[in-house]
Amino acid sequence: MVIGGLVVLALILITVSFREPTSGPLHGVQSAGATVLRPFEVAAERVAQPFRDVYGYFAGLVHVKSENEKLKAQVNKLRQQALLGEAARSQNQSLRKQLNFIDSPLFPSDYTPVNTRIIGWRNEFDERVVIAAGRNNGIHQETPVVTSDGLVGSVTQVSPTAALVTLLTDESSAVQARDQDTGAFGVVRHGAGQNSLIVDHVTKDKLVKVGDVIVTAGTRSKQYPSLFPENIPIGYVVSVGQSDTALFKQIQIQPFVDFSSLDAVTALITKKKIPQAP
Amino acid sequence: MPADVGKAAALLFFAVVLQLSIMAQITILGGHPNLLLVTLVCIALLRGAVFGAVAGFCAGLLADTGVFGTLGFTALLLTLAGYWTGRYGETTGRDRAHAPLLSIAVITFLYEIAALVLRYMLGQNAPGSATFAGLVPTMLLNLLLTLPVYALTRRLLRPREWAAREVRLLG
Repeated sequence: MVIGGLVVLALILITVSFREPTSGPLHGVQSAGATVLRPFEVAAERVAQPFRDVYGYFAGLVHVKSENEKLKAQVNKLRQQALLGEAARSQNQSLRKQLNFIDSPLFPSDYTPVNTRIIGWRNEFDERVVIAAGRNNGIHQETPVVTSDGLVGSVTQVSPTAALVTLLTDESSAVQARDQDTGAFGVVRHGAGQNSLIVDHVTKDKLVKVGDVIVTAGTRSKQYPSLFPENIPIGYVVSVGQSDTALFKQIQIQPFVDFSSLDAVTALITKKKIPQAP
Repeated sequence: MPADVGKAAALLFFAVVLQLSIMAQITILGGHPNLLLVTLVCIALLRGAVFGAVAGFCAGLLADTGVFGTLGFTALLLTLAGYWTGRYGETTGRDRAHAPLLSIAVITFLYEIAALVLRYMLGQNAPGSATFAGLVPTMLLNLLLTLPVYALTRRLLRPREWAAREVRLLG
């Protein structure tokens, strides 16, 4: 009798929770519960952190030599790019000023960073994490979340003191992106395997090469309404293919962010109003 | 009995917090340890089906709340896990030394499959290949957790005298 009642209650909760919008009363209760649990999760996370650091240190030593050589080459390349980029940036700024150019919020200057810790993971297949900052810190739905490496995802549910972040690798995530080198536009979404990303909807006439860096395009579409700021790095192209029958190129990218070892992230709170499509 | 409820509640609360903030991000050979499930199974073995089911429901609800999950999802799975383990503990598994390990192995398998099916039915990400690939490592990790968790749970919740109660009932 008790068991039957509990099973029925659980099924009712699943049905209501599944159908209810995120602003519904059940989600409100859930939000309050998450707020109560938050201090305990933060405490557990803090206790575990030193152990995780020690493990990470020894795990990192395994590939340290080969990685060092690769990074040295990368530093040289990036140093050259930085010089060119700095010149282009100052020229861009002065030209914008001359044109009185009205732009959407620019990354990172038009955003206030809220640095926070990940305090919970849903499960191994659900690419969502809970962060220890919420509405009280200015976070709202669709707030972009990044790390120093690149784009992580966006906020999909928020309570006063915590928020649920849907990672870029989740099935439901997609972001308008462009090739930084060639300007080809596409949509970055999850690939076939776990933690793999592809760039979809890139027509065959566009040029995309292996090694190209993919960044957010900063544009909005009806299908993918999240507006990420422009120029947040997402990953680099590892393979490009096309077939006679397919409409678009098949592009696979390696994300800059290691989604399996996320620890601290930054939520970007815009200082400017985000333009809404009519 | 109230003391038992308090101890079990504290133990499960601790397990939920550890599971959400630490265990959920540990992956070893594709397996993911489930401290919450292990703790619940140990409690259910020592306290029976109804206690196990109610404990599973409450702990599951708390876990669903903590991660903004579909409310009732983990609660349903843990209710059934708690009930079945409790029944086993009350009947065939009573006083058997291998009962905790056997229960964990079987319940982990059933839990993973049931979670996969439920996720599929709800239209959530349900990769069968990843689940099956990680099934054995998950089972082994849970079995490793069972020994210390069962020892701790047994220390806190002394095993009931099932046999004495049965004699009294028959008599």
